[in-house]
Amino acid sequence: MYPFSEAEILSALQKRHTIALQEKLSHGHVAIAGLGGLGSNVAFALARLGVGFLHLIDFDRVDLTNLNRQQYFLSHVGMYKTDALQQQLLQINPYLHIQTSCVRVDAQNIKTLFAQADIICEAFDDPEAKALLVNRILENFPEKKLVCASGMAGYGSSNAIHTRRIAKNFYLCGDETTEITENQCLMAPRAALCAAHQANMITRLLLGEEDVSSENEKSEK
Amino acid sequence: MVIINGNAVSFSKPTTIGAYLDENQYRRQRIAVEKNGEIVPRAAYDTTILADGDKIEIVSFVGGG
Repeated sequence: MYPFSEAEILSALQKRHTIALQEKLSHGHVAIAGLGGLGSNVAFALARLGVGFLHLIDFDRVDLTNLNRQQYFLSHVGMYKTDALQQQLLQINPYLHIQTSCVRVDAQNIKTLFAQADIICEAFDDPEAKALLVNRILENFPEKKLVCASGMAGYGSSNAIHTRRIAKNFYLCGDETTEITENQCLMAPRAALCAAHQANMITRLLLGEEDVSSENEKSEK
Repeated sequence: MVIINGNAVSFSKPTTIGAYLDENQYRRQRIAVEKNGEIVPRAAYDTTILADGDKIEIVSFVGGG
């Protein structure tokens, strides 16, 4: 069915990442809540890493105005984001286990939606939806890792975007201040920067690094 | 003395997290509050009194994603 076997794709990933690291990545189970500028970019990164289990969650369809920063093509306009993204990720690696939930996350369904994942990526755009998810996840699943984002609008400095560990299992990426206003819109580079911060923190967690930076990186400062 | 978002704050009378949030114009629907590393449920904001030595982190979410 596919031009490459599962063993060939795994071997290619092992060549790039090493067998030891790929073993951990392949067993990763990550849920991504929101498949816009953040979530679609995070999903691409995790699929390329060969993260074995991905749960894609979004209620919305791809709109033409999404193409300024989100990982979709013109041919996806009108499709559900869950379907459009799954279709693309399977072209990177058809052997990933990708679960999709085309639903709006609310206070009622959070407990069942996120029961399976070890790591949850918050990638919504609405600040109230972000806060609701974060509060409910931290209350219901204190043992799960939560990687959130806040503040990536505009074209301000790349270096203002950072990753911060707020609590044991709660990480926040972004500049924490820049929101959408009349003069400040969301653009591809900074949305992708913030998504890359999230994706890299998730990678670190999958590989057993819980700190934002490792000890030798800290001592270099 | 209570540490709130890295700043030392002192209170002359017993103050709840809810009262502090309102006084500082936080929008409750857009925040998450950690007290000593644990999430404070929204329903507990108005009954949780800030105690000497508490470390509070209020995370405000802004729009965009």
